[in-house]
Amino acid sequence: MLPEIAAENPTALAVQTEYPEAIVDAKVASDGLVLYISPLLLTPVCRLLKEQGFDRLTAVTAVDWWPRSPRFEVVYFLHSIKNNVRTRVVVRLKEAESVESLCGIWRSANWYEREVFDLFGIEFRNHPNLERIMMPADWEGHPLRKDYPIHGFKYSYQDE
Amino acid sequence: MTKEGKKSKPTLQIEDAPGAVPVAERSPSGARRMTLNMGPQHPSTHGVLRVVLELDGETITSAKPEIGFLHTGIEKQFEVKKYQQGIPLTDRVDYLSNLTNNLGYALAVEKLLGLEIPPMAQWMRVMLCELSRISSHLTWLGTHALDIGAMSVYFYCFREREEILKIFEMFSGQRMMTSYIRIGGLALEPPRGWHKVISKAVEQLAKGIDEYFNLLSANPIWCNRTKGIGVFPVDLMLDLGITGPMIRAAGVKMDARKDFPHTSYDKFDFDVPTRTSNDVYGRFEVRMEEMRQSVRIVRQALAGMPSGAWQADAPHILLPDREKMKTQMESLIYHFKIVTEGFRVAENSVYQVVESPRGELGFYVVADGTPNPHRVFMRTPSFGNLQALGAMLQGQLIADSIAIMGSMDFVLGDVDR
Repeated sequence: MLPEIAAENPTALAVQTEYPEAIVDAKVASDGLVLYISPLLLTPVCRLLKEQGFDRLTAVTAVDWWPRSPRFEVVYFLHSIKNNVRTRVVVRLKEAESVESLCGIWRSANWYEREVFDLFGIEFRNHPNLERIMMPADWEGHPLRKDYPIHGFKYSYQDE
Repeated sequence: MTKEGKKSKPTLQIEDAPGAVPVAERSPSGARRMTLNMGPQHPSTHGVLRVVLELDGETITSAKPEIGFLHTGIEKQFEVKKYQQGIPLTDRVDYLSNLTNNLGYALAVEKLLGLEIPPMAQWMRVMLCELSRISSHLTWLGTHALDIGAMSVYFYCFREREEILKIFEMFSGQRMMTSYIRIGGLALEPPRGWHKVISKAVEQLAKGIDEYFNLLSANPIWCNRTKGIGVFPVDLMLDLGITGPMIRAAGVKMDARKDFPHTSYDKFDFDVPTRTSNDVYGRFEVRMEEMRQSVRIVRQALAGMPSGAWQADAPHILLPDREKMKTQMESLIYHFKIVTEGFRVAENSVYQVVESPRGELGFYVVADGTPNPHRVFMRTPSFGNLQALGAMLQGQLIADSIAIMGSMDFVLGDVDR
């Protein structure tokens, strides 16, 4: 359902008319519209947003809300040059849940999704090359998770 | 390679495009094919970047950039620092334009706090950011020209840059890692005599920029090595997330200073230069013109610098004056609270975009009500631009790869974070 605060927004309205079940929540932040989308409908909604003029996927990142559930938020930053508008699309994921890759819609998703996979351990289905990008290939664990200690697992400064 | 060889270069293809057959596969010239490992320690990559090149003779059939050698977990470190302690971390991301990084992070947190920044601090920020843009572009010009073979430009550029670094030292006590723009204003009061020093430096820069432009644009070797090199379709550039001077040299007028004005940029009169040639030379022209525009902005800032406070009126966020602490109880309490605990930010998130010399720099800050940020994500321009490197190098000559990489102007600290 579309909350009242976003009911005037043309982008939110377009998504609402096309995919009524897609919007879980929405708000208007200081930098633009924030749409919370159900993970199952992410690809069609993003295709629609691209048709609406969002020609750039600026970045993809994730936020770990451990120990809350659903644990992860995957955030997509969209930018429309023509309309000079920015929008955030957010997908909430439970632990070990995966999400569809957006490489087929915007090519720039490729490295950003690899980064999220590397540092958070979130899987992107149908990604052309889902490998670690920042950490070495044999690294264990995902450093940006909240249950990963700042000094890593290998060293501890507690007993010194 | 002869002129004919250049003409018959294959159409550009994306590294992961399905069904893409490299040209070399078609000709049975197995002996001419080789894999070349460029980097991680290569002088023209300006940092630790590894590019695996597949060559057919001198033509690049595929290029795979490998990054992560400089990954230092800065985003993870943010989560254990207080908000104000994050500022020095932003310096170390893009170490050639640290003030722009400071500004992006400070603006994001100020938006979360709802802080009002006094006009003098805003104008000072604009002036210093434009100086750091000039200094960053000068570093780029010097090293890019050095890569291509023009050595003298390097010395001129670094001479001019030195003057800007001296100004930064005068303001903050630091030449490179300034940390001068803080949440709520500036770190210190602007030093005495800054106006005179900057006026003098800017006049020298204005002369210097024209001189270096003439030095290179009238140089036949420079023109042969840059004109018509590294052309890449605009729609692919947008699709791959390229920003900054690269996309402006392709004719797309995209600049966060104009599109999403912040820090009183709307009060300044400047142009966003674009070119349509979309080659290495076009990117050179755009950056040179940007330096001239930055000089214009600095001159306007010098002429119309407002007077007033250099920090916001927010005693619960900014450390109090030392003198006040000795006489006023409240200041002492605030000082104790800020030093021991820091300030809390209510649960919210913001994405703040600023225009770094390299392109779109975004800070996504998520607050959770504690004195530490829950998550800070940096959308760094170099990471977005470097993603296109593989596709841009495909089908080019190996000698041109240096020119193309140089024209992208990436900083590896900015890529790996």
